[in-house]
Amino acid sequence: MIHKSLSIVVATGLISAATLLGAAAPAFADETEPSEPPRVELVLDVSGSMKAADIAGETRIAVAKRAFNKVVDALPETTQLGIRVLGATYSGNNKRVACKDTQQITPVGPVNRTQAKNAIATLKPTGYTPIGLALRKAADDLGDTGSVRRIVLITDGEDTCTPPDPCEVARELAAQGTHLVIDTLGLTPDEKTRKQLVCISTATGGTYAAAKSEEELTDRVQQLVDRAALPPPVQPAVVTGTADCTNAPLLAPGVYTDREKLSEHRFYRVAVQPDQELRASVSIGLDRAVNPDYGVLLKASTPDGRELVRGVDAGAGRTDVLSAGLRWSADEQKADAKASAEAADDDAAADAVDDTSTDVCLIVSNSFAAVAATAATAPGMPVELSIDLVDASHAPDAPGLGRGFLFLLVLAIAGLLAGILAGWVTRYWVATWREN
Amino acid sequence: MRIKHLAVTGAAIVGIMAVPAPAFADDPSPAPAVNTAGTSFLTAVSITANQPVQVGAVTGDYLYWQFNASAGQRPEATATVNLPDGRTGDESWIIEVFDGLRRRQACVAGEQSPVATKDAAQVTLGCRLRQVRSWAEPQDGDPLPGTYYVRLSSTQTPEKDLGLPLKVGLTLGTPDGDLDADQGELAAPLVPNNQPGAVLTAPAPSASADPDAEKSSFSADWLPDFSGRWFWTAGGGIIAALTGLFGFSLTRRRRRA
Repeated sequence: MIHKSLSIVVATGLISAATLLGAAAPAFADETEPSEPPRVELVLDVSGSMKAADIAGETRIAVAKRAFNKVVDALPETTQLGIRVLGATYSGNNKRVACKDTQQITPVGPVNRTQAKNAIATLKPTGYTPIGLALRKAADDLGDTGSVRRIVLITDGEDTCTPPDPCEVARELAAQGTHLVIDTLGLTPDEKTRKQLVCISTATGGTYAAAKSEEELTDRVQQLVDRAALPPPVQPAVVTGTADCTNAPLLAPGVYTDREKLSEHRFYRVAVQPDQELRASVSIGLDRAVNPDYGVLLKASTPDGRELVRGVDAGAGRTDVLSAGLRWSADEQKADAKASAEAADDDAAADAVDDTSTDVCLIVSNSFAAVAATAATAPGMPVELSIDLVDASHAPDAPGLGRGFLFLLVLAIAGLLAGILAGWVTRYWVATWREN
Repeated sequence: MRIKHLAVTGAAIVGIMAVPAPAFADDPSPAPAVNTAGTSFLTAVSITANQPVQVGAVTGDYLYWQFNASAGQRPEATATVNLPDGRTGDESWIIEVFDGLRRRQACVAGEQSPVATKDAAQVTLGCRLRQVRSWAEPQDGDPLPGTYYVRLSSTQTPEKDLGLPLKVGLTLGTPDGDLDADQGELAAPLVPNNQPGAVLTAPAPSASADPDAEKSSFSADWLPDFSGRWFWTAGGGIIAALTGLFGFSLTRRRRRA
């Protein structure tokens, strides 16, 4: 027992030291160089309804202005921020004019605090709520510099200029493949506003929050701006999967993004060297309302359709993405091919098997079902595909060392028998030696 | 007497080897608190074991964190959600853990998907993974060394309650399990390769196309990694030697009598 506890202490100590060293390494291994700073635009509703004095006795616009000032004060220097308003100037009743009423009051760039605050101070709640148009314009303001783009939409009421439906606009903007996320914030929202804002944020992979006090509003805007200042570690490359394997795009290790319609499947190809392991994972984002039970399948197969391995996940209820992953290495397949080539006495073929890479087809399919007919149509749901090729791991041999009390008992009995045997042999040998 | 002496010497040798072990115990310096959470797998915020996490969020948010686990550990995440007042119905919450390939990992202990009743002030969730294995067949879903993702979300919420602010606390523990149960080693941990992809026109040449490198380097693959099995085996050898001597002495004693 002493042996056991002592040895376990040693093993624990050494192994935890080794794992501490080992575990620290991967975390720092894939630092990427700083890319373009992320760009953010705050879109503020200054429509007539913002006059309502229902936040602790103050008007919504007064609270929003104070919250904005606090956020502007706390902005990090590197953030590229712009501010756009909607419904701020036209007070008439001509809907056509009122629904074009949106202006950018601070251009996207390093923030000039005084200028931004002055611009905010002059705002007066006035007109309609053209959210759809404001989102389109905000996406234009942010431009397409390749960096992450985030819009923070703050409104107290639903769009009063439909069509276009702002939710459709959001999905259309997200589908342009230009890394746009819209976060929405409802100021004391009613049911219709909430539904619309949830739809807008879901369509772009953003978040929705409700604010009923100045503190909640400030905290959330602050959090969203901070979050926008931390870009994701990678900008996925845009790729388009095909309907069969032969024409599928050949992918290098990395992260990709694509769009897949409901109940569609798409093919991609990866060339795997014989000594490599393929690792693939896929996430499909739920950017629209779908029926509550769903699934996603990632399958690897040979170009002629033989399945190699599959990753699958299914679920029910609300979720943002559904993911599946798989590992596959050519090890066994190579061994099989080599064995059959050698059996056929064909050295050249056996050597060739060693060097050629295997094309593996990856098939991404989903089993989402649309709630509404419009949801089934283009653009498809966002797909994030991640491919990696690493050295293949080899199956371990049988253990070379033993463990456990049964093992000790067997050794002890073997030792005992060996000792007795040695004793007898010695006795016999001594006896015969004495006789002679 | 001689046998006793040998046994004491053997124990002493093992004992001397064991003495420096406690020096390797993990250092207790606590990591600074984390007060952010990611909103997707790519933006998941890194946390380490026993690092306090306190985040302000809203109902309906999907919160992501990531951590590293190594072979032999049994990661366990525990989350506490302080729910807002004035909710209109029950909420179902879930804590999910995914590995570096975004494969769902089974929870073997902990309340993974509790339901918070309408008037509950807080809900506690927990998920303990199976022991992280040092190696597994590619087709297996066993937990392997590398990155793990934790996602905290509500799967069912009254539509009216979406967007209400709440507070989330998370703690992560990585107690050690049975350290020398496994054989084999994963060539590379399951850490996502976060680089932008590129569509190729022809297969890339093999990176390991240097056949000489393998021949020249000395390989000690046949030697198992350090583990408790070394002590069992060495200890077994000592015991076998002792019983061997005892067995030998049995045959001699009878002769004297």
